[in-house]
Amino acid sequence: MTTAAPAKTETLLAVRDLVVEFGGRGRPTFRAVDGVSFDVRPGQTVGLVGESGCGKSVTSLAIMGLLPKRGNKVAGSATYDGTDLLTLDDREMRDHRGRDIAMIFQDPLSSLNPVVSIGVQVAEVLQRHRGMKKSTAIAESRDLLDQVGIPDPARRLKEYPHQLSGGMRQRALIAMALACKPRLLIADEPTTALDVTIQAQILNLLKELVVDSGTALIMITHDLGVVAGLCDEVNVLYGGRIVETASRHEVFARPRHPYTTGLLGSIPRLDGSRSEQLAAIPGSVADNIPWTSGCAFAPRCSRALEVCRSEAPPLEQDPTAMEEHTLRCHNPNPAEGGEPA
Amino acid sequence: MTTEPEVLLDVEGVEVHFPIKRGVFFDKTVGYVYAVDGMTLQIHRGETYGLVGESGCGKSTFGRALLRLEEPTAGSVTFGGVDVSTLKGEALRTTRRHMQMVFQDPLSSLDPRQTVESLLLEGMQAHGLAKDKKAAGARLRELLAAVGLPAAALRKYPHEFSGGQRQRIGIARALSVDPQLIVADEPVSALDVSVQAQVINLLEDVQEKFGLTYLVIAHDLAVVRHISDRVGVMYLGSLVEEADSDDLYATPLHPYTRALMSAVPIPDPLVEDRREQIILAGDLPSPANPPSGCRFHTRCPWRQEERCDTERPQLRVVEIDGVPASHRVACHFAEQIQSGEIQRHEVDPVAIDPSAATDVEAADAEVVPTQTFTVP
Repeated sequence: MTTAAPAKTETLLAVRDLVVEFGGRGRPTFRAVDGVSFDVRPGQTVGLVGESGCGKSVTSLAIMGLLPKRGNKVAGSATYDGTDLLTLDDREMRDHRGRDIAMIFQDPLSSLNPVVSIGVQVAEVLQRHRGMKKSTAIAESRDLLDQVGIPDPARRLKEYPHQLSGGMRQRALIAMALACKPRLLIADEPTTALDVTIQAQILNLLKELVVDSGTALIMITHDLGVVAGLCDEVNVLYGGRIVETASRHEVFARPRHPYTTGLLGSIPRLDGSRSEQLAAIPGSVADNIPWTSGCAFAPRCSRALEVCRSEAPPLEQDPTAMEEHTLRCHNPNPAEGGEPA
Repeated sequence: MTTEPEVLLDVEGVEVHFPIKRGVFFDKTVGYVYAVDGMTLQIHRGETYGLVGESGCGKSTFGRALLRLEEPTAGSVTFGGVDVSTLKGEALRTTRRHMQMVFQDPLSSLDPRQTVESLLLEGMQAHGLAKDKKAAGARLRELLAAVGLPAAALRKYPHEFSGGQRQRIGIARALSVDPQLIVADEPVSALDVSVQAQVINLLEDVQEKFGLTYLVIAHDLAVVRHISDRVGVMYLGSLVEEADSDDLYATPLHPYTRALMSAVPIPDPLVEDRREQIILAGDLPSPANPPSGCRFHTRCPWRQEERCDTERPQLRVVEIDGVPASHRVACHFAEQIQSGEIQRHEVDPVAIDPSAATDVEAADAEVVPTQTFTVP
């Protein structure tokens, strides 16, 4: 980004111009991620927000080197602590994965091995990365399960994923992710499959983790409510590109991209007034036009101009903002004098 | 509001218990899953009743039991003066015309090999509403227009549509037989946020246009609050609180409702930073082995010794200033909690195990881990 403030704190992960293309076998290539750049600093929580198909999950998979090698093209860079993760081979990447960078996924049942007990699965990470013996690793796993708030951890160690509830499974996954005290945690929709009361437990756990250990967190979600409570910096994605970036207070107080305001208007609020209709965004993602021929959001946008369908807007600092606030729009919402937090 | 509204659907003590069977030859019943366990509610003509609860609380089973898609094991359902629970055969079939359902997943509830035209006509033909071909054709176009789809959609198949459009087809299908009541089971939870809003608005529009009564079943409190006139909160098979929508959100009385509402994230950092959350300990107990007394007592931060563990509270009107008689709550201590006489206390999470329920002990783990993780 152009306005990278000179060394507030060192950057832990710097993603620059990440491009991911799917294709091959004679089919036209599809650009799932189209030039995404963002920074993550230690102890910071960065949100990637958007609806299905906006490229938020693919971004995280590309950083973790988890995309299948065949048929995909990944370009750009993701520099973690001086090394570009995208250039590492499989063996080198395996050393980083789990030790320095860990990931938790949306569906805990499909990311746990159903025929291996929880204890062995957590211990595996410790044995692989910290060279522990199996017995010590199992004892350590017990402490880890305890730390993430699983009642009766000794018993749970011997149990299999199907014997645990959804919230408990997600806690077990978090325990696995924390096993090596990673400096960066990527959470891909970690609470989407859970009930709200369980979601609140898990979000609280993640919040504490960031505060206590200084672990940086990349939070991938579609839920703006989750973002409002958790993220320091928010990146709103649409059609594979970042359309708006700002701190969480700034984004919610002065959303300037029509897509961001559209998203905010679409959610019924628990504390809002009930009578009025929701301001839905018309159409669906299928109406997008490619970024090469204009702004992808233009066909659904209420503020679209002639120029939006011919020229893709660049990502620029919002001149009216008091702080860092970048925006990709030809005709943003008028800046209101919302309280700059 | 001033005249007594007409009751369209009267549900009295409905129970749905699923037997748990063991054994190869004898199919011995070893227990029951108490999915719905004593639901009593009334839905007035023209209103939207919202039913909220978390997964496993029995809300979907209840919705299905109303239409007899699931056989209730006890209780009665009276729809427009007819007792649906005793109907059989042809009488049941014709009554169902007036009660339609919209399902959560539009892709799996629409036959992939039928065109939209045939999907919409099927119900009409079954109820003898499509005898005149011309009129039926006009009716189809009217339906599509009502749900905001182009007439060209008639010849397409479900897979050719996006999720939001499929849900529109599902709604059009429910409307095709001109029902009075629509039971919508999680109508928007499979959709993207921006599309969710479109479908919510559509549901409101068609309700006004066709004078429908809704039962909306959902886990998302914000959605339910937005769309409903009255809301019932369900926990482990029965209602714990029922009130007018605005009332419920202004003064939630049941501890579970309070916790549920405080857990819903609000897209506003200023609100999020300030508000106090009630984090519930542990998971939902298994409906095969529900707790004694108040079903919520294992997780309730306001639980009192003895009474909560042994006596099951019934829905009742509370005597608190400013709380109307339509606001009912199933909690022994609603008044004392509201006045602050009873304070919140810590709850240890209870390990939930559906099979071995007897050896369950409250583990001594904290609700929120306090240990710190240090960076090497």
